[in-house]
Amino acid sequence: MPEPVIALEGLTREFPADPPVRALSDVFLEVLPKDYLAIVGPSGSGKSTLLNVLGLLDTPTSGSYRIDGIETTTLRDGERTKLRGSRIGFVFQSFHLLAHRSVAENVMLAEVYRSRGARERRNRRARALEALERVGLSHRVDFLPDRLSGGERQRAAIARALMGGPSLLLCDEPTGNLDSRNTGAVLDLFDELRGQGLTIVVITHETEVSDRAQRRVRITDGVLVEE
Amino acid sequence: MDLRDLLNEAMAGMLARPVRTALTTLGTVLGITTLVITLGVAATAGNQIVGRFDALTATTVTVEVAENAKAAVEWDAVDQVTRLRGVTSAAAVAETKKSANLSVRSNKIIDPTRVTDQTLTVVATSTGLPGAVKGSMIQGRYFDAGHLARQDKVVVVGEQAAKMLGITRPDRAPAVFIGKHAYTVIGVLGAMQREKNLGTAVMVPPTIGKRFGIKDVTRVLINTSLGAADLIARQAPTALSPGNEAELQVIAPPSPTRARDAVQNDVNALFLILGLVSLVVGAVGIANVTLVTVMERVAEIGLRRSLGAARRHIAAQFLLESTLTGLTGGVIGASLGILAIVAVSAAKQWTPVLDLRLALIAPLAGALVGLLAGLYPALRAARMEPVDALR
Ligand SMILES: Nc1ncnc2c1ncn2[C@@H]1O[C@H](COP(=O)(O)OP(=O)(O)OP(=O)(O)O)[C@@H](O)[C@H]1O
Ligand SMILES: [Mg+2]
Repeated sequence: MPEPVIALEGLTREFPADPPVRALSDVFLEVLPKDYLAIVGPSGSGKSTLLNVLGLLDTPTSGSYRIDGIETTTLRDGERTKLRGSRIGFVFQSFHLLAHRSVAENVMLAEVYRSRGARERRNRRARALEALERVGLSHRVDFLPDRLSGGERQRAAIARALMGGPSLLLCDEPTGNLDSRNTGAVLDLFDELRGQGLTIVVITHETEVSDRAQRRVRITDGVLVEE
Repeated sequence: MDLRDLLNEAMAGMLARPVRTALTTLGTVLGITTLVITLGVAATAGNQIVGRFDALTATTVTVEVAENAKAAVEWDAVDQVTRLRGVTSAAAVAETKKSANLSVRSNKIIDPTRVTDQTLTVVATSTGLPGAVKGSMIQGRYFDAGHLARQDKVVVVGEQAAKMLGITRPDRAPAVFIGKHAYTVIGVLGAMQREKNLGTAVMVPPTIGKRFGIKDVTRVLINTSLGAADLIARQAPTALSPGNEAELQVIAPPSPTRARDAVQNDVNALFLILGLVSLVVGAVGIANVTLVTVMERVAEIGLRRSLGAARRHIAAQFLLESTLTGLTGGVIGASLGILAIVAVSAAKQWTPVLDLRLALIAPLAGALVGLLAGLYPALRAARMEPVDALR
C-alpha cells in the first residue's frame, strides 16, 4: 500500500471560547495519492477548520497529522511554512489573485518563496507558462486578473497552485463564486489533473461538485463520517 | 527567498498605488529639503564670512602717528611693542609726502633707450619689516642692527621696484642712485601680505632716511596672535610712547560681531528643528499609510503565507516598501534642497558649497525614516495568523 498523502489520527481542534467550540472532534482520515476527495457538510460544521489544518495554516489541539509521512503537529512555525510552500497548493473560493500583476506574474509568485537558485529563477516564467497551458489559459498570460472571467480567474489560481508540483491540491469552495458553465470547466480541469496523478481535496456544499469526486466524507458538528 | 524577488515584490507593492506612494513621500521630501537647505546654505554663507574675516585681518594692528606730532614714537620703541604678550612681529615705518616721489635710478645702463629713472617711494623702516609685512626676502637680505650702527649706505628694494630698476642680482652688489647719492642694494623683498604697496618702494635704514627728510616714525605695523588683536590695540600706544597716547591712532580689526552670529545660529537651529519635525511628521505619515496598506492587503498577506512565505518574508517586504518610500522622499528632498542652495547662491553671488556627504547622507536619512516608520506596520503584518488573514 502506498504512503498516504494525508493521515489524520484522532485529530481535534477546539477554539477557546466560553464554552469551548469543538470544531473538529476525533477525526480519522487517510487520503491516498491520486485520491479525489470531497468534504461536504452544513455551514458551521467544521469544513474550513479541517482544510486549514490540512493546509498547515492552523494547528490541531490534539491528535496527529502526517503529510507524506511527515508528522506535522510537532513542527515549528518555520518548518510548517516550508512544508506548506513545497507540498500544498491552495485554491480559494475568492481566487486571491493580486490585482496589479499579470496572470503570469501571479502564477510565478508561487515560486518566489521557495526559489532555490538563479537558474530556477530564470526559468520561472517558462514554468508558469507551462502551468497556464495545463489549465488552458495560454491565451491570457499577460492579462490583468480583472480582465478575466470568473472561471478564468479560478483556472489562473489553479495554475499558481500547480507551480512547483505539490503533493496535494486543497480547494475551499473553488466553485462558490462561479456560474454553472464555469463550474463545469473547473471540474473538468480537476478530472484532468487527477488523471495526471494529482491528489485533490475539495470542500463544497454543491452536489454537482461532490458527485464528480471519487470519494466523499461528511462533517457534522465536527464529526467526520465516510459516505 | 532571492533578494531580487524581495525587491521586485516591494517595488510592485509600492507602484501598485503610485499616487498614494507619492503623497506618502511628501513629509519626508519636506523634511529632507529643509535640512539640506539649512545645512547647505549655512555652509555656503559660512564660507563667505570666513572669506571676509580671515585670519590675516583679524591679527593686524596698525598704529598711525598724527602728522603734527613730531617724534612721538622713537625708532627703538618698536622693541617695547614686540615684547608685549600676543605680538608676533612689529616694525616701524617712516615716510613723508616728499619721500613718496623720489627719483631712483639704477647705475647699470644696459639699454640706452630704456628709461632707468623711476619715481619711487622711499621709506625708512626698522629692521623687522619683512616679518611685520609677512613678506619674504626673494633675494639677498634685509638690513640689520649692524648696518644701522655702521650707518651703511644700503637699501632693500621691493619686488616690483627691482623689476622696474632692472635689478636682478643683488649678490653682485648693484647700486641705485637716490637723488645724487649711490646706495648698495642688498636684498629684494616680496610676497608681502600687508602693506603690499611696499613692493614698488625702496626701503632704507632710519639712519639713511634722515637725508631725505624721513626722520620720524609715521606708522607702526603690528601682527598679533589670533584673538590678541583687541588687547594689543589697547596696549600698543602706551608701549610705543608713554604719555603721548593721544597722538596715536590705532587701527584694529573689527571685533567679531558675536551678537549677529548668535542670531544667525538661532535661525539655523530653528530651521534644523523645523526640518527634523518635518521628518518626524513624514515618518508618522509613512507609518500611517503603511499600516493602512497592511490592513488593506490582509488577503494578500494570507495568500503569500499560503504560498510558503515565512513571517520574516512578510516583514521584510513591508519594511522594504516603506524604506523605498522614504528613500524616494530623501532623493527628491536632497535634489530640491541642492537646487535651492544653488539658486540662493546664484541670487547672492556666492560660491555654492555643496558637501558631497550631505548629498549622499540626505537620501539615506530618508530611507532610515522609512525604515523606522515601517517597523510597526511590518511587525503587524508578520504577526498576522495565516488563517485569520485568509478568512
Ligand atoms: N477562530 C475561531 N474561534 C472560535 N470559533 C471558531 C473559530 N473559527 C471557527 N469557529 C467555529 O467553528 C465552527 C466550524 O467553523 P468552520 O469555519 O470550519 O465552518 P464551515 O464548515 O467551513 O462553515 P461554512 O460552510 O459556513 O464555511 C463554527 O461553529 C465556527 O463558529
Ligand atoms: Mg467554510
